[in-house]
Amino acid sequence: MILNRFLIISFLALQFLTFLCGCSEDKDNEQQPATENKVVLLHGAGATFPAPLYQKWIVEYQKNHKDVAISYDAIGSGAGTKLFISEQVDFGASDSAMNDEQVSKVSKGVQLIPATAGSIVLAYNIPDLGGRLRLSRELYVDIFLGKIRFWDDPRIKKENPNLQLPSLSVVTVVRSDSSGTTWAFSNHLSSISKLWREQGPGTGKELDFPGNAMFGSGNSGVSTKIKHSWGSIGYVEYGFAKRAGLDMAILENKAGNFIEPNESSPTETLANTYAQMPSNLRLFLPDPDGDTSYPIVTYSWLLLYKQYDNKEKWEKLRGFVRWGLLEGQKFSSDLGYAPLPPAVAKSALKAIKAI
Amino acid sequence: MSSSLSNQQQQNNDQIAVPPTPRDILLDRIFRSLTTSFAWLTLLLIVYIVWEIGGTALPAIKEIGFGFLTGTTWNPNQGEFGILPQIWGTFYSSLLALFLGGFFGVAIAVFLTQDFLPHKIQIVLKSIIELLAAIPSVVYGLWGIFVLIPLIRPVANWLHATLGWVPFFSTSLSGPGMFPAALVLSIMILPTVAAISQDALSAIPSKIKEAAYGMGTTRWEAILKVLLPTASRGIFGGLVLGFGRALGETMALAMLVGNSNQLSLSLFSPADTLAALLALNFPEASEYETQVLMFAAVVLLFITLAVNIVGEIIISYSERSGGKK
Repeated sequence: MILNRFLIISFLALQFLTFLCGCSEDKDNEQQPATENKVVLLHGAGATFPAPLYQKWIVEYQKNHKDVAISYDAIGSGAGTKLFISEQVDFGASDSAMNDEQVSKVSKGVQLIPATAGSIVLAYNIPDLGGRLRLSRELYVDIFLGKIRFWDDPRIKKENPNLQLPSLSVVTVVRSDSSGTTWAFSNHLSSISKLWREQGPGTGKELDFPGNAMFGSGNSGVSTKIKHSWGSIGYVEYGFAKRAGLDMAILENKAGNFIEPNESSPTETLANTYAQMPSNLRLFLPDPDGDTSYPIVTYSWLLLYKQYDNKEKWEKLRGFVRWGLLEGQKFSSDLGYAPLPPAVAKSALKAIKAI
Repeated sequence: MSSSLSNQQQQNNDQIAVPPTPRDILLDRIFRSLTTSFAWLTLLLIVYIVWEIGGTALPAIKEIGFGFLTGTTWNPNQGEFGILPQIWGTFYSSLLALFLGGFFGVAIAVFLTQDFLPHKIQIVLKSIIELLAAIPSVVYGLWGIFVLIPLIRPVANWLHATLGWVPFFSTSLSGPGMFPAALVLSIMILPTVAAISQDALSAIPSKIKEAAYGMGTTRWEAILKVLLPTASRGIFGGLVLGFGRALGETMALAMLVGNSNQLSLSLFSPADTLAALLALNFPEASEYETQVLMFAAVVLLFITLAVNIVGEIIISYSERSGGKK
């Protein structure tokens, strides 16, 4: 955990340094830029889930646009939304969008812009398994409800006849902090299981998980705990699980097909569901339709105001968001995210025009 | 002649005894008042800490009340908070550590004080054991994760496979859990227990030992029937202080205990302690959750303060009665 924090701090420090370097380069290249070309500062804060992608966007965008300086603080969806509501930032970011009550608190109005999407995987650590774990919908709900206590449970065996399932205890690894990942995952479980919805923990950013659950902080904290614990299974964003080298379970989707998580799995899901996108661009995918859809996928939103008092600021911000929705999508796949379906990007672009 | 004599006398007077000058008196007074005020300041500091933490926790104390100590859920979403699993985990891990660390600590103290070894080697061993106290907690945590857990996991899982019906072995050891946490904790309290037990054993007047030998006891009879009972109060005080340290230990436990909100007898299942709960949840806590965590801190503070006070009382009592004997 401390290591984590240290990494974040050093990362921020690096960002700051690159920012400083950028400035000084500016001065070297153009002799007197400050007076003619004023640099506009844009500040945003929010979700950690898409943070690697947003940081990449900022670096790439500023290469060609020296008149803006954008900063993004990855402080979590909950905290970012709070700052956005109190109008302390120019834009926010959240994995759970904003609910109507939160939207009504913002006098300037809110425009949600889906900026990227990613999948949440069930990563596990079972030594000498001899294959990839397949989990049906009832199985993974019951695992996270703490009803299945050992990996050699007959129900898991039935689904995975070829695997060497050990008699280890099932340990789930979950998030301790207020997290959009937890929200999206629990929203999925609530929609596929009545038991989870009514007697289980339900949907939320921070939950009291039943059973043999270990808590870890952040996507990376959960990945680390899974890595060190035999018989553990936990939910993390795809990119984190991949970087940690964890095995990921094959999950059953709504159509009853078993889908393997990989780089393109969220793209398939988005392509199968984008027609449902409502006019406010707030589409949750608790249980996506489609034969090829990977079951746990979530959009991540940028939060913008419907009015900006400072025209110049909005011009620059719009430029950046536009660029992110068009050019920025190219960087998604490398970092483990899904590029937006063109139709969704189009409606998002239309929405910014209206501001 | 007479004048030089009086000079000499005066010089002698300077060297031997002079009434204190006003400056000396002033310095002495300043020194005294400074030291007393510093001594009182530490006391004030404790009161201030309790006051501040208690003050922050007050809204949560009023709202949740006694149910906090008996509740088992920790759900910030719905505002339900209870720390029974953490209180249980704190005592369970500390008691386990006390059994292991206490046994080895007292054994080491006997070994090092009863002339089993040449004096020089005794001193070397003693300082090595005291060095254990200088290892940072986070290093113990890392060592536990990367060395200890892989080492004990096969043994633990064998125990679970063969003796799974015993409640203590009812789950397998996945990684972080109660047993590795208690093991590391026992190593951490070992220096405390060993050092205080050594002091207690070496404070026994040599007459008592000689008398025991004089009555024809063997070495082991003397140690077990005479020396250990005589030093028992001091050793007991050391155990209580070790227990107090184990209760409040944070970093190693936050890394090793598994942070799992459950009540389990199993030695191998993940659990949680009060200190680990605080360490994990403070960074992202909302305002109300911070108050609740402060409430948990007050509970932990009272438990550790009470245990430490009992330990100090036992030690001071044993020193006094030892003197009388």
